[in-house]
Amino acid sequence: MLKFLIQTVTLIPGDGIGPEISTAVMKIFEAAKAPIQWEERNVTAIKGPGGRWMIPPEAKESMDKNKIGLKGPLKTPIAAGHPSMNLLLRKTFDLYANVRPCVSIEGYKTPYTDVDLVTIRENTEGEYSGIEHLIVDGVVQSIKLITEEASRRIAEYAFEYARNNQRTSVTAVHKANIMRMSDGLFLRKCREVAENYKDVKFTEMYLDTVCLNMVQDPSQFDVLVMPNLYGDILSDLCAGLIGGLGVTPSGNIGAHGVAIFESVHGTAPDIAGKDLANPTALLLSAVMMLRHMGLHGHAKKIETACFDTIREKKVLTKDLGGNSKCSEFTADICRRVQDMD
Amino acid sequence: MHTTIMMAALTKALKPILGRHLGNTAKARHFIYTPPPAKYGGRHTVALIPGDGIGPELLNHVRELFRFSCVPVDFEVVHVNSSSTSEDDINNAIMAIRRNGVALKGNIETNHTMPPNHKSRNNLLRTSLDLFANMMHCQSLPGVQTRHKNIDIIIIRENTEGEYSSLEHESVPGVVESLKIITRNNSLRIADYAFKLAREKGRRRVTAVHKANIMKLADGLFLQCCKEVASGYPDIEFDSMIVDNTTMQLVSKPQQFDVMLMPNLYGNVVSNVCAGLVGGPGLVPGANYGRDYAVFETATRNTGKSIANRNIANPTAMLLASCLMLDHLKLHDYANMIRGAILTTMNETRLHTADIGGQGTTSEVVQSIMRIIQSGGPLTTEI
Repeated sequence: MLKFLIQTVTLIPGDGIGPEISTAVMKIFEAAKAPIQWEERNVTAIKGPGGRWMIPPEAKESMDKNKIGLKGPLKTPIAAGHPSMNLLLRKTFDLYANVRPCVSIEGYKTPYTDVDLVTIRENTEGEYSGIEHLIVDGVVQSIKLITEEASRRIAEYAFEYARNNQRTSVTAVHKANIMRMSDGLFLRKCREVAENYKDVKFTEMYLDTVCLNMVQDPSQFDVLVMPNLYGDILSDLCAGLIGGLGVTPSGNIGAHGVAIFESVHGTAPDIAGKDLANPTALLLSAVMMLRHMGLHGHAKKIETACFDTIREKKVLTKDLGGNSKCSEFTADICRRVQDMD
Repeated sequence: MHTTIMMAALTKALKPILGRHLGNTAKARHFIYTPPPAKYGGRHTVALIPGDGIGPELLNHVRELFRFSCVPVDFEVVHVNSSSTSEDDINNAIMAIRRNGVALKGNIETNHTMPPNHKSRNNLLRTSLDLFANMMHCQSLPGVQTRHKNIDIIIIRENTEGEYSSLEHESVPGVVESLKIITRNNSLRIADYAFKLAREKGRRRVTAVHKANIMKLADGLFLQCCKEVASGYPDIEFDSMIVDNTTMQLVSKPQQFDVMLMPNLYGNVVSNVCAGLVGGPGLVPGANYGRDYAVFETATRNTGKSIANRNIANPTAMLLASCLMLDHLKLHDYANMIRGAILTTMNETRLHTADIGGQGTTSEVVQSIMRIIQSGGPLTTEI
């Protein structure tokens, strides 16, 4: 019997339904006997010395030590005083790549049945640099920043990912016909990196063409790499194709080996605390995390159990079309995982 | 439109004194538009810009169809060479459009390996003529098989500013900044256009699409302007949605949307998604309106280089765009006649072109339309 070294992972339950789905994931991992030890931390923004907003030092220490994290949904206030919490996390750990594999889930029917693609989005700069100015009364400018370094880094990650996960092609998504210099720079860097990865096919496509083709025939896409805003829109579009944010996993890769896996849906305050939440997204992200850590056996076990439960349609939560509780859904998956041993 | 902005400002100033409904009752503002006068025996002249790719062949079909149906429209053809670096060609085209007031165009290709001072010709055209509103009506066509049914969305997209301002610079080597500009005037203008159109067409709800949670100042301003204009139209419901959620909703439940209003880039994304949902780029026409000019083209503005000159392109989008143009010129009878013929042809699966899953050719589709028009009765020339 293989003995696995128990690894500690930082767990950030989050707000709203965050705590209950985190508990669900912990239960399932326990049932699967995954060698993971959880270290729970909170990330409410606090004002540090100098007036700059930052995450609590205990959270930062824990992440730096463990390198791997699992995060539930965090609140983002619209037009409020402090920056978005997710943005803050990104800046703190330099989470430069957001990876979202979108695979059609057998058993959860959507109009699109043959989706199998991965969106890799540059997560630090681009349109979300947060640099905005009021030029004169009634004229606002927002700056989109594209740097050589960040573009090269994300392109390299995309090709590495493609190679490591046996994907055949990488497509760069851009709008260089309109934003000649910025997207032009991004594209140039992608082309340069592509030279070093001849085994992976490289293509370029305009954002609008990608959107147009994506809703007609998503099977033609494999790995997509793009700057921040396009990535945001496209990754959510692809999530919509497979059934929404409630079933989509997501991972953020940072510098120095840090990786935070998260569920990307909202905090759903209306169903928080009522045992109605769907833990699938967080669970699949946790599975992605296990794969990242090399624990493929456990990952496959938990993933299969989850998909089997969804396919059976007996204990689905409300958003998946059933009316069971979160605890019942979780218990079913735990049972299946234990039966597999 | 200038008076509209002044009215909005005046309304705002007098609001505390005279209450909320001043903007509606004062002078009962109608969306009255007078087309450019038809000269020379009641015939209109329209500028025609063939563009690249499938543009020239599709516009030839439009001309053929118009000639056949005896539509009183003459075309002034202006060619724009997309590979030349001088701006003379596009300036000629702009001049022609100013002269005629109305244009029908194909997409002009933009070679993005050219240096940044070589601007996109299409963009230049839109900004010079101040065609601030891009309107696209996405409707599920009965004869076309799609994953989603009963879609009927009007998309109104700000067409001149936002991310398409073409203001970029390299501040330090390796760091490029691109400016996205949002102004109060343009946002009010487009919101006003959207609400007026919604009212005119009897629509119930306008949804503003934005990303104000991240771009708080820019999209925040846009959203605020939309809300201000919305308050002057209490009969029309107004809500807003963040762009990533919007795309997700569009692929799962597109029937929930009625009229959508948004800045430039999101408009690009959403209009392409909607075009894909109703059957593809070959089916949806688009219109660009300014205060004094109107330019009609296909909604998704594709050049279609790979299918050019092979007689397989779908002419529906361009033909429906020409019908929009006829409506604009108040030649409604001709517009309805051609539109009816197109929709009847759409019902025949045998005549579907490759992009909607059939094997028909472009000329077969056009021939069928002409036959239907001929059998409909009005005067036609020889086929």
